[in-house]
Amino acid sequence: MAEYKRPTTEAEFTANFHPKKPLMSDTEAYYESSRCLYCYDAPCINACPTGIDIPTFIRQINNDNKDGAAKTIYDSNWMGHACGNVCPTEELCEGACVYTKSDVKPIEIGRLQAHATDKVIHAKKKLFITGKPTGKKVAVIGAGPAGVSCACELRMLGHAVDIYEAREKPSGLCVYGVAPYKLTNEEAVDEIAYLQEQFGFNAHYNKPVTGRVDFERLEKDYDAIFIGIGLGGTSALGIPGEDKKGVMGALEFVEVLRNKHQATPVGNKVIVLGGGNTAMDAASESCRMGAESVTIAYRRGPEEMGAYTFEFDLAKKSGAKALFNVTPVEVMGNGSVTGVKFIRNSSANGKLEAIKGSEFLEPCDMVLLGTGQGKQVELLKQVSGLMLDQKGRIVVNERFQTTNAKYFTAGDAMNGGVEVVNAAAEAKKAAHGIDTYLGK
Amino acid sequence: MADLRTNLAGIKSPNPFWLASAPPTNSGYQIMKAFDAGWGGAVWKTLGVPVVNVSSRYGAVNYRDKRMVGFNNIELITDRPLKDNLREISEVKKRFPDHAVIASLMVETKEEWHQIVRDVENAGADGIELNFGCPHGMCERGMGSAVGQEPKVLQTIVEWVKEVAKIPVITKLTPNISDITRPARAARAGGSDAISLINTIQSVVGVDLDTFVPYPNVDGKSTNGGYCGPAVKPIALNMLKNCAQDKQVGIPISGIGGVENWRDAAEFILLGATSVQVCTAVMHYGFGIIRDLKSGLERYMDEKGFKTLDDFRGKALPNIVHWEDLNLKYKVVAEINADKCIGCQLCYTACEDGAHQAIGLSSDPLIRIPSIIEENCVGCNLCSIVCPVEECITMERRDDGKEQLTWGERTAAGNIPKTFDDPLAGGLHHWVPEPAEALVTKKPRHYKG
Ligand SMILES: Cc1cc2nc3c(=O)[nH]c(=O)nc-3n(C[C@H](O)[C@H](O)[C@H](O)COP(=O)(O)OP(=O)(O)OC[C@H]3O[C@@H](n4cnc5c(N)ncnc54)[C@H](O)[C@@H]3O)c2cc1C
Ligand SMILES: Cc1cc2nc3c(=O)[nH]c(=O)nc-3n(C[C@H](O)[C@H](O)[C@H](O)COP(=O)(O)O)c2cc1C
Ligand code: SF4
Ligand code: SF4
Ligand code: SF4
Repeated sequence: MAEYKRPTTEAEFTANFHPKKPLMSDTEAYYESSRCLYCYDAPCINACPTGIDIPTFIRQINNDNKDGAAKTIYDSNWMGHACGNVCPTEELCEGACVYTKSDVKPIEIGRLQAHATDKVIHAKKKLFITGKPTGKKVAVIGAGPAGVSCACELRMLGHAVDIYEAREKPSGLCVYGVAPYKLTNEEAVDEIAYLQEQFGFNAHYNKPVTGRVDFERLEKDYDAIFIGIGLGGTSALGIPGEDKKGVMGALEFVEVLRNKHQATPVGNKVIVLGGGNTAMDAASESCRMGAESVTIAYRRGPEEMGAYTFEFDLAKKSGAKALFNVTPVEVMGNGSVTGVKFIRNSSANGKLEAIKGSEFLEPCDMVLLGTGQGKQVELLKQVSGLMLDQKGRIVVNERFQTTNAKYFTAGDAMNGGVEVVNAAAEAKKAAHGIDTYLGK
Repeated sequence: MADLRTNLAGIKSPNPFWLASAPPTNSGYQIMKAFDAGWGGAVWKTLGVPVVNVSSRYGAVNYRDKRMVGFNNIELITDRPLKDNLREISEVKKRFPDHAVIASLMVETKEEWHQIVRDVENAGADGIELNFGCPHGMCERGMGSAVGQEPKVLQTIVEWVKEVAKIPVITKLTPNISDITRPARAARAGGSDAISLINTIQSVVGVDLDTFVPYPNVDGKSTNGGYCGPAVKPIALNMLKNCAQDKQVGIPISGIGGVENWRDAAEFILLGATSVQVCTAVMHYGFGIIRDLKSGLERYMDEKGFKTLDDFRGKALPNIVHWEDLNLKYKVVAEINADKCIGCQLCYTACEDGAHQAIGLSSDPLIRIPSIIEENCVGCNLCSIVCPVEECITMERRDDGKEQLTWGERTAAGNIPKTFDDPLAGGLHHWVPEPAEALVTKKPRHYKG
């Protein structure tokens, strides 16, 4: 079990949050790219939601054409650098690499991708020429992966773009959500600055779209509107004691951590409730913040966890322990949290059943709720004619057009919360949907 | 236990592994270190007339992450004083009496040749190698490959040397000639006891894309150099085979060119070499590679039951014949071992774009294992060569092995196709897609049926 000392300085924080996929040196990139077989109809491409031509960009790295490599990546995915760092490559491209079939380590596609894109971002290399101006204007709400990807693609198609972002920085969850050992704030923001420089979309920060009045104004001023607002805050658990001091959403915890680093308050005994990737991240991060014990508590068995196996493994490697088949009943404490009362479950035919009399108390001084993010339903209801599904996701057609013809959407707000790469893939297609709509 | 002892025209060494005349044999210091490490012999860096070398001197061909697959130099013969070299030859011989020290020589006039031959004999050298190979710098002065490319001149110089030499003489040949057997025969005619081949191949190894100066760069200019290293082995093997099969050559051969490991050495010996010489591999990895060279060759010999090198020297020579003597009835086709296939589809694209459109893909994109369209497979080997998995694609025999017919026999019998419609003609029954099909779909061609 890894032991982390509580970080007190930025240097100690950086050491504890050492990048999971450190930037490759030129030499490492050269040797790694040499291994790629240049497969035909390569399975790695098919496994990438944005369909990056992976063998080509790897060959370009190998043949000393890194600008070309970065261009190949961005041609398919405007979040090329972020994705290289944060994508669950084990489950996507690298998981599909043919080398896995011969018990050889797959090509480190993510790190090669980050290497090539890092070069052009830092050299401020201009790789794209925006499309001939069409005279059309599109408003993009949210400067997260979806919003920025849509903006870039719209600029390639010649449309003018204004982004309205609620926060003071772009990147969305890449800055407020993704674990700091995957991507730093600087890396996330630098990529967007690089893209903005080339594509010349206007970004307005601290400009939340708050309700019907705002939407109507946008409808008046713009030819189309793209909604890239992602999800909302952590949903409540609905058990007594949830409001005690020391209980917070895993997402909100990560957000504080991403911005305050070592100054983030973390308990000594942390319980993380949930079995998804956000819960795993929060557990790994609490360990790295020097918590004495970190316990993941999940209602069902390990095989049913929503989290990727590699994320659970990482949490365990960081020092977290797990309790399975337990349901939290009450958060205990007098003002501040002192523990969580659980009851054990048996699960029969997929149904959970509490085992009578099996209650037990797990002491702690901090509880992180990995219970999933809510949707921004109230806000979205302000758009006339916009339909949401039962789970609060925006309903779209195959061109990512919503039930209000002027509105398009992609990313978490539409898919309910997947990965950065899905937001990038969908938003690119949504931009083409908008283009078709504007062409009429 | 295999006996590696070697005797090339009277030059004896504990094993067939010699250092070629090159920077690794620049000095007594290096040669003692090499003998101590286990090398059997060393051909001293060529002695001769005073020269001046340039800087820089080398260039290389790297293949992806593999460095120095090919190596190129514009160096001349030794620039160390002759008397130092002679003194060190004696010293090495005193310490290593059973190892072979061969003096490589290159001078101009008959008198110079006579003098230097006597000098190295007096120093204790076991043999002499005449350097008629250097493709740059020396040929302009009428030496090196200028001699190697003129069989008559070469023969004359060999005769001069043989007038005085009491120790065996090896003539080293340049590959920069269209028929290697001509200088080889001339060497024998002049009385040479053995030949060695190949020296380096004339080359320009690459061009710097920023300065437009080829490598190696000498103050903004370059010159053609000599190419060697693993990339030249096939050329060396072919020239070795040409000389070894030629009855009019008929003298022992020391094989040189791209030897890096025991397998290379075994191949040279199977094609008739008595000893092998190594330069680039030592320049890359140092003398230590001798451990693998020796142990690998010993293990191979033990496994095959060869007691001495003579037991397998030239064993592959009868198996290289003229094309017209190959059996036209022999037929192999590719077979994919589905258990080993990793689904890279390199075989598919190689055959589809680079050969005979004889591999198909499943119409289910999740099934990545290609299949051979046997009617169209000409048995070219390409797919089995590109497949990254050992033994995954094998070439399986389809004829019954009973029939034998060669082009030579058909010619003799007046039985060769005269028109393309002739049923005897080659590609007649081979199916080729219609040209326009290439543009119908950019999708992979799927195997139907
Ligand atoms: C804890 C956590 C860890 C994650 N880790 C990974 C990971 O490792 N790898 C991975 O690929 N994905 C990860 N994800 C998922 C990924 O971050 C998201 O799928 C992705 O960011 C979605 O992009 P988006 O643009 O749709 O939404 P967001 O990233 O949420 O961006 C939405 C943007 O809209 C702005 N906005 C919201 N409302 C308004 C409004 N009313 N007006 C104006 N602006 C508004 C927000 O401020 C934000 O900038 C993680 C998510 C979480 C929560
Ligand atoms: C299988 C094969 C067949 C070839 N046939 C011909 C030919 O018909 N005519 C020709 O001029 N060269 C022929 N060549 C030689 C090539 O055109 C080329 O000169 C040579 O392969 C060197 O280039 P490379 O290193 O790119 O292969 C052939 C090469 C190969 C590999
Ligand atoms: S599957 Fe692996 S080896 Fe093949 S092209 Fe993709 S990265 Fe390269
Ligand atoms: S042997 Fe040649 S023709 Fe036959 S399948 Fe392989 S590549 Fe194609
Ligand atoms: S080259 Fe070999 S491993 Fe690759 S698809 Fe063909 S048979 Fe399979």
